[in-house]
Amino acid sequence: MRYSGLQKEVLALYRKCLRESRKKPIDTRSHFESYARAEFQKSLALDKKDFAAIEYLMRKGQRQLEMYSSPGIKDIR
Amino acid sequence: MATLRTTSRLFTAARPVFRAQQLRGLATIADTVTGAQPKDQTGTVNDPTKDAKIKTFQIYRWNPDEPASKPRMQSYSLDLNKTGPMMLDALIRIKNEVDPTLTFRRSCREGICGSCAMNIDGVNTLACLCRIPTDTTKESKIYPLPHTYVVKDIVPDLTQFYKQYKSIKPYLQKTTPAPDGKEYRQSKEDRKKLDGLYECILCACCSTSCPSYWWNSEEYLGPAVLLQSYRWIADSRDEKKEERKAALDNSMSVYRCHTILNCSRTCPKGLNPGLAVAEIKKELALH
Repeated sequence: MRYSGLQKEVLALYRKCLRESRKKPIDTRSHFESYARAEFQKSLALDKKDFAAIEYLMRKGQRQLEMYSSPGIKDIR
Repeated sequence: MATLRTTSRLFTAARPVFRAQQLRGLATIADTVTGAQPKDQTGTVNDPTKDAKIKTFQIYRWNPDEPASKPRMQSYSLDLNKTGPMMLDALIRIKNEVDPTLTFRRSCREGICGSCAMNIDGVNTLACLCRIPTDTTKESKIYPLPHTYVVKDIVPDLTQFYKQYKSIKPYLQKTTPAPDGKEYRQSKEDRKKLDGLYECILCACCSTSCPSYWWNSEEYLGPAVLLQSYRWIADSRDEKKEERKAALDNSMSVYRCHTILNCSRTCPKGLNPGLAVAEIKKELALH
């Protein structure tokens, strides 16, 4: 299956989230992974042609990732 | 005189009762989109006073909690006789009395904080410095600043703008200590060079009105940030003038300014960012 540019961006963001989770302490790592997964799943029902909404959520996701990837944050619920 | 006073007292005594009955009737929501939310019910104006000046405001609404919903214009009607003279008064009144979900930034209500920058009737300005046009036949349209990401309703996301402001190092850079060990002094002539520059409140009205900034906001600094940049280049006390100029000397930072001069036209504080950009270009050319 060939992905569109935006779909690739979404997947890249998810991948980045998982990679960032690996930098977290081993016993809370799964919390970060499941949090990222849940965040993406929240908007699973979105129409894939709704570019404005997807782009907004991408920006929001990037902001969240930037925030949670700071080394001071050790756990997430 | 005595009779006058008694009548006025009579009026003030009568007013609270009168107000309480009317409060909900003064302002009404006439929503353009039907069935979006239950609270957006359409109402009709039923004002008993004859000389009521009902003005309609069309306001941009978008809620980030429902990303799939499209932005829409919602109209609100207010009686101008019972509203303050400025746009911000109208917005605050709408938020207080009609629709508490309306979101906007405001703080000082006198044009010194720059929070309430928005696009009113096609012009970027501060809502607190913009009079409500008294022509009640026309609707006033209120949008967020153009070409900015919207946080909610008329709140723009200025992250990029602040990042650019940070990049020009907007603070005094000195390597030598002050001669008297207390403060850095400046002659009156040198101080005069900063007039028309230091008043900028960074409301982003000028930058978001600049077509060049719309298309190159990643690299072009925009009039507001360039005005601030020039404020530090022009400062006689600053010792990193050459570094500041070197940082600007590339094709994108300054030279995307094509002297469109929307910035000077729109500035709600009456400053001239266009002139400051031209001064920077002159400094770069003569150095």
